Amino acid sequence: MSVVFLLLGASLVVALIFLGLFIKSVKQGQYDDTWSPSRRMLIDDDPVVKTKTKKEGK
Amino acid sequence: MAYRILSDHGLDRFYTIESAPGVRPQEVDPAFYAALDQPEVRRRVVDFSNGTVSRVTFRIPAIHCAACVWLLENLYRLVPGVGRSEVHFPRKEVTLFVEDAQVPLSALAARLASLGYAPELKLDRLTSVTQASGKHRLLIQIGIAGFAFGNVMLMSIPSYLGLDPHAEASLQRFFGFASLLLSIPVLLFSAQDYFRGAWTGLRQRLLTIDFPIALGITALFLQSTADILRHTGEGYLDSFTGLVFLLLCGKWLQRNTYDAIAFDRDYTSYFPLAVTRRKGGQDESVPLNNLVPGDRVVIRHGELIPADAVIVSGTARLDYSFVTGEAEPVTAVSGDYVYAGARQMGDVLEADLVKDVSQSYLTSLWNNDAFRKPREYELQNMTNLAGRWFTVAVVILAACTALYWWVVDPTQVARTFAAVLIVACPCALALAAPFTFGTAQRLLGRAGLFLRSPSVVEAFARAKVVVFDKTGTLTTGQTGEARHEGGELTREEMAWVTALARCSTHPLSRAIAAGGAGGNLPPVEALELIEGEGLSGTVAGHRIHIGKAGYVGAEAGGDAGGAWVSIDGTVRGRFLTDQTERSGLIDVVRDLSAQGLELTLLSGDRDTARARFEALLGAQADLRFGQSPHDKLDYIRKRQDKGQRVMMIGDGLNDAGALRQSDVGIAVSEDVTLFSPACDAVLSAPEFSRLPAFHRYSRSALGILRAAFALSLLYNVIGLSFAATGMLSPLVSAVLMPVSSLSVVLFTTAATTWAARRAGVTG
Repeated sequence: MSVVFLLLGASLVVALIFLGLFIKSVKQGQYDDTWSPSRRMLIDDDPVVKTKTKKEGK
Repeated sequence: MAYRILSDHGLDRFYTIESAPGVRPQEVDPAFYAALDQPEVRRRVVDFSNGTVSRVTFRIPAIHCAACVWLLENLYRLVPGVGRSEVHFPRKEVTLFVEDAQVPLSALAARLASLGYAPELKLDRLTSVTQASGKHRLLIQIGIAGFAFGNVMLMSIPSYLGLDPHAEASLQRFFGFASLLLSIPVLLFSAQDYFRGAWTGLRQRLLTIDFPIALGITALFLQSTADILRHTGEGYLDSFTGLVFLLLCGKWLQRNTYDAIAFDRDYTSYFPLAVTRRKGGQDESVPLNNLVPGDRVVIRHGELIPADAVIVSGTARLDYSFVTGEAEPVTAVSGDYVYAGARQMGDVLEADLVKDVSQSYLTSLWNNDAFRKPREYELQNMTNLAGRWFTVAVVILAACTALYWWVVDPTQVARTFAAVLIVACPCALALAAPFTFGTAQRLLGRAGLFLRSPSVVEAFARAKVVVFDKTGTLTTGQTGEARHEGGELTREEMAWVTALARCSTHPLSRAIAAGGAGGNLPPVEALELIEGEGLSGTVAGHRIHIGKAGYVGAEAGGDAGGAWVSIDGTVRGRFLTDQTERSGLIDVVRDLSAQGLELTLLSGDRDTARARFEALLGAQADLRFGQSPHDKLDYIRKRQDKGQRVMMIGDGLNDAGALRQSDVGIAVSEDVTLFSPACDAVLSAPEFSRLPAFHRYSRSALGILRAAFALSLLYNVIGLSFAATGMLSPLVSAVLMPVSSLSVVLFTTAATTWAARRAGVTG
C-alpha cells in the first residue's frame, strides 16, 4: 500500500502546479475582461499583403 | 465619412464584423484636446513612459461591440505612431502604446474622436487612479480554498466509505496530516476576511454575520486539529474547507458589479480636464486644478463654467438643468454672476472666476457630511440582524450543552461544546443573501436597472417614501410645444407672433414657432432684438413684442415666467412650455401609490408646472419647487429623522446630495455608461415605466430571503440536535453542511428567477 503515498504525493504536486498557474493568471489580470478575448478570436487576421479587390457587400 | 477613412486604410472589414456597428463620426476641434499636451495633464493620462514610447489609457464610452474592439485594436494601421492597442471591454477602456515624437496626445485623442470614439477626459483623471486589486485577491482566496477542498475531500473518501481505520493506521495518519497541511492556508489566507470582519465588528460593538462564521470555522479547525494530532479521528477538515469555499463563492457573487458604470462619481467626473485661460491677451489651456479666483477664462459653445464666476464679455445662454434642475436656459449678460456646472449654449464667453472650483455653489455640496459616512445598508441589513440573534442563541445553547454534559459525562464537554459551535456556523444563513440578491441584481441589470451591489435590493425593497426630481427624471428635459395662456389669440394674431418668434433662436421662441401657424407668414419689419430681454417687430402693420414681463410691459407680480406677448401695446398673455413627460408616468405613479409608497416631488425649477403635478401625484402630495441642491439634501434628512426610509430618484448633479443622503438613490440616465451622479443604482431612462415592477420584484426577493432564513434555521435545528446529543460524526457533518448550503443556494436562485418572471422583470 505504500505506493499510495507516492501517488498521493505526485497528484498533490501536479495540483499545486495548477494552483500556482491559476494564481499567476489571476495576477496577470487574465480574468479582468472575459468579454473581448472571446470575440477577438472570432475575427480572422487580414492577409498581410493587401490586395486591391472589389469590396464585397457595401 | 467614417467609411471613407476606414476603407482608405483597408479597414473596411469593420462593416462585415457586425451588421450595424454604428460609428458616429464627429467634426472635432483639435484645440479641444490641447490640454492633453500640457505636461501636468499628460502625466496623469499616461500610465507609463520611457521617453520615446508611452502607454496611455483612455476611457471611451462609445465602445459597444466586437467591431469597436477590432477597429481600436487595428488603430496602428490608421494612425502612424500608434503601436499595440488593447481594449478592455467591460471597463470601456483602450490602452495604447504611442510613440511620443510622432503623435502628440491631443492629436491622437482628436483622431479617436473623429472616428466616433471620443475619449472621456474629466477632472477626476487629475485626482485619482483606479485600481482593481481587491477582485484579484478574492479570486486567489477562492482558488486556494477550492484547491484545498477538493484534495481534502479526496483524502476523506476512506472514512466516507467506512474503511476500518485500524487496518491502515499509518495511511490514516498520513491523510490526516496532509489534510491539516492543506487547510492551514485556507484558515490563514482564504478565511482571513471573516476574522477581520468579526474583529472590526466587535470593536465597534456590533455583532455582524462575520462573528458566528469566524466562531464556527475556528471551532471546526481546532476540533479537527485536536482529533488528528491525538489520533482520535479524522476531523472535519473537508467540511471546513468546503464551507470556506462556498462562503467565498457567495462573496464573489456579492462583489458582482458593473465595470462600465461608475456609482461613485462626483462633480470631478462631470467637469472637464482643462479650460482655456486668457492671460495677457494669450489663450492657454490650464488644468482645472490650477485655476484660482481672479483667472479669466474663455467658455465656448457647449463648454462648462468651471467655477462660480462673473461674466466679463459676451452673452451667456446657460443650461442649468444638470445643476439646479431649471429646465429653461437662462440668459446672463456682462456683470452677471453665474454658477459652476452650467453649460454655455450660446457663443463665446469671457468670465472672471470668483471662487475655487471645489468651493463653488454646486461643488461645495460635496463637503457635506452625507458624503463622508458609509452607506447604512452595508451594516444594518437583514443578514447581520439575523446573525445577531443567531449568535446570542448559539452561545446560550453551547453553554447549556456544555453544562448538561458536565453533569452527565465530563469527558464529553469539550467535544459537544465544539460540535454545537461547528454546526451552528451560519453558512446557509450567510449564503442566502448573496445568492438571492445577487440573482436579483443580475436580472434587474438585464432589465435596465443597474444596482451598485446586491445589498441595494434590500434597501430598495424597504423604501417607504419616494422623492422624485422633476427635470430629467419625471420629464425628459426636452421642451415640447409652447402653450398660450391669458386670453385668446386669433388665428391671424397667432401668425404674426409666430412670424416674429421665428426670428429668434431662443428656445422659447423656437417652441412658439414650432407650435404656431404654418404656411406663408407675413414678413417682419423693423426687427429689434435685445439680448436677455426680448424682441419686437412690426408684422402686417402691428407692433408686436415678445419677451420678459418687464420688456413687454406686463404686470406679472411674482409669477413672471415664460414669454409674454403684447400686440400694439396691449398685453395678450404669455407662452409657457411644458416639458415632455416620460411615457407611462401616470401608470408609474398609480402603481407605486398602490404599493403603499408616499410620493413627493422636489424640483429646482420654478413652480409653473405645479398644477400638472398636483393632479398627477394627488393633492396631499408634498410638492416643493425652487429647491437648491442643499435644500433637497436637508429635506431627505428631515424625513429620515422621522424614521422614514427614503428613496430618491433624480438625475442631475443638483440631486447628488439627495441621492447620497437617501436610503437608496436611483439616478435616471439616458445613457448608463455616460455620467450619472453618485448613487446606488442607475436606471436606464427607457425603462422608467417599469420602476413599479422592479420595486414589486425587490419586495418578493426580500420575502424569498426570509424563507431562505427559515430553511437554514431548520437545518441548524437538525444539526444542533445531533451536536447537543454528542452524535455529530464527521460523516454527518460532511453530509449536512453541503446539503444545507447547496439547497439554500438552489432554492434562492430558483425562487428569485421565478419571481422575476412573475413580476414581469424578465421574460
